[in-house]
Amino acid sequence: MSMFRELLNRSRSMVGMTSLIAGLGVMSVLSLARIFAHAPDLTSSGTFGGAIGLATPVAMAGIAGLVSERAGVVNIGLQGMMVLGTWGGGYFGWHYGPWGALLGGAAFGALGGALHALNTIQFGVDHAISGVAINLLAPGVARFLSSIFFQGVDGGSLTDSPPVGNLGKLTMPFLAGGRIGSFSTPDIFGYLERRQIFLISDISGLCGGFLRDIATETVMLLSLIPLAAFVLWKTPFGLRLRSSGEKPSAADSLGVNVVGIRWIALITSGSIAGLGGAWLVINIGKYQQGQEGLRGFLGLASVIFGNWKPFGVFLGALLFQFTESLRMQLGDDPSRGFVFAVAIGLALFAAFQLFRKSKKVGLALIPASVLLFVYILNVDRVDDKLSSTFPFLITLLVLVFSSSRLRPPASIGLPWSRGKDS
Amino acid sequence: MRSLSTPLIVIGVAALVASIALLLAGHNPLSAFSAMLDNLSSADNLVTVLNYASRYYVMGVAVAFGFKMNLFNIGTNGQYQVAALFAGALGGWLRLPGPINLILILMVAVGVGSLWAVIPGVLMVSRKVNIVVGTIMMNGIAAGLIGYLLRTNFRDVNDRLTAHTPTIPENSHIPQLNSVLKLIGIHLPDTTSLHGFFVIAVVAGIMFYVVVYRSRFGFDLLASGRNANAARVSGVHPKTMVIRTMALSGGLAGLAGMSVLLCQQFEYGDRFPLQLGFAGISVALLGRNSPIGIAFSATAMAAIEQGSRGLVTANIPQEIGQIVQGTLLVVAVIMYELANRRNQTRMIKESALAMTVETSTS
Repeated sequence: MSMFRELLNRSRSMVGMTSLIAGLGVMSVLSLARIFAHAPDLTSSGTFGGAIGLATPVAMAGIAGLVSERAGVVNIGLQGMMVLGTWGGGYFGWHYGPWGALLGGAAFGALGGALHALNTIQFGVDHAISGVAINLLAPGVARFLSSIFFQGVDGGSLTDSPPVGNLGKLTMPFLAGGRIGSFSTPDIFGYLERRQIFLISDISGLCGGFLRDIATETVMLLSLIPLAAFVLWKTPFGLRLRSSGEKPSAADSLGVNVVGIRWIALITSGSIAGLGGAWLVINIGKYQQGQEGLRGFLGLASVIFGNWKPFGVFLGALLFQFTESLRMQLGDDPSRGFVFAVAIGLALFAAFQLFRKSKKVGLALIPASVLLFVYILNVDRVDDKLSSTFPFLITLLVLVFSSSRLRPPASIGLPWSRGKDS
Repeated sequence: MRSLSTPLIVIGVAALVASIALLLAGHNPLSAFSAMLDNLSSADNLVTVLNYASRYYVMGVAVAFGFKMNLFNIGTNGQYQVAALFAGALGGWLRLPGPINLILILMVAVGVGSLWAVIPGVLMVSRKVNIVVGTIMMNGIAAGLIGYLLRTNFRDVNDRLTAHTPTIPENSHIPQLNSVLKLIGIHLPDTTSLHGFFVIAVVAGIMFYVVVYRSRFGFDLLASGRNANAARVSGVHPKTMVIRTMALSGGLAGLAGMSVLLCQQFEYGDRFPLQLGFAGISVALLGRNSPIGIAFSATAMAAIEQGSRGLVTANIPQEIGQIVQGTLLVVAVIMYELANRRNQTRMIKESALAMTVETSTS
């Protein structure tokens, strides 16, 4: 037993070690690209801070998808639940300020989750079909409600809510120069970042991005990610939820109330997606029809990219929104540097595959990286529309090249009812 | 009788939900419904319904083809938009004589649509990428690619304000049917026209029926949909079936967009409907994937859309139409699922009964 435990501990620290090395590798490539492409903003704290903010709603959609899929229900309705969340956020934010926006967004998203639960759990409707139905219904509901509550009101219209306040920003003292009372503390990461040292400055930029001028709602919502990881993997409830997604009949035979757990999972899922919508409302300052963009689907992609794990989902969301943040930096557009870094990374990966693993994969990836190099040497700036395809492309690539390493919940998407074995 | 009661319940529940929503908003549901019907009573509005219905019909058939073998093609939205973009760019550039233009544009639309659908199909059969996930990702890629091409290579350079492809010359439009209607004694006002796409929709419906229910391919398709393993054992090649079905489905989705491009807007741009592909999913589901059922559901969706435009005069928000459409879909999928279950229980009971009779007689 003790040997088994020791083995387990060792394998765990191995995972930690590999991800640390992988992280350093990625930062080194970025650092090289920053130096060679003369793009200091590529790894600045402003870029990382922006990416973390933009990643928040996507990560919320992703965590929402994770909670639902871990319980065994595919949730394509994330997009619709997010739409409901934006409307709820707009309405309650208008009346009760930004805190009201968060609560209202969660409540409205939960309504979408409950509808999905009713369809899939009670009536056994195909999960994907129910999700599409919610995606089609939600914009209609939001527009109808806007026509009643926002149209004709001062500052409101059929497509916009009156303004919603914001929650202010937070900065960590000592590490990132936050203030304690009227006393301003030193900004250690900021100092290191300005020195432009290989790797050190880039990591300081990343840390600074997390700790400096970060919106309160971002901090609050991102704290749900470790919370989700804790609840799902360290509590009896989490074990029951995950077992409902892996083998519901087995869970049922051990006395787990699968139907009840799935209801809770879907309502939670809907409210988290709704919180993502509320983040958008607070960030933009009001409800705007269509402000969710494709974030619900990006969340879905981040679940796959993150291999159905909370921190993987967050990393996926961060990666997907990184180019978006780069484009918003002032001065020279550093997204060229990023594509340059991706091209370097892809070429390295292709070489690794070619010599060590599968020749076929390596040969398939070489033209892709050549294409990227040709593209980046021929354009002045990366087109934002073109870079918006990047998250979807990379998710497809993950599915194509490493699907054997993905491990989705075993009973995902299968209908289940008590007494019928699945 | 049984097959008729379910749709009636669906319509009843959707009307009830809409009435409750209207009552809560302080409007009289009855006056809303009568305003909707009023707006459908004139000839030109009925023609508009037919025009919208034919576009929904072809899109519904596109989705239904996939559903027939349990392939959920969520990607029709991306497929149709990419197809319309390329067809629009070609149409605005081509200057060939006569109908050759038109035929080439239609071919490009069908070809690009099916290509965009075949990609996730290939990924499914070669790398086991789930078709729902694959088609959703292709939708996302389509959105970005279209935005890029519309701004750069395919943009009409003469219009500096809005981004769209060059306008398609008149000889490449699908001709309207007003003169044909005149021959059989129906005179339409000059302001409206029955789109020639109506004929394409009818042909697509007949083709759908013949291919699915009267051909070898359709037999294989239905067999793979009902029991993939049994079909494979009896000699149906599942991988080829997936590719062919996705190609057909995507091609039809591309064709459906031609109703907007070649009958109404004549250029691809920001005014193009954004949700037509998704509407096709709900039309196919409402019509239970049958050629006649989809005709009804497509007409119903179009009628609700056109009817709710009349609500403006009654001072009722016309967005209630979208709620009715969405509720119809949600209620329909639940009711059909329940009906399915009832049928299955009945079949199990009947076969059990048959078995006891058999054993008792022998």
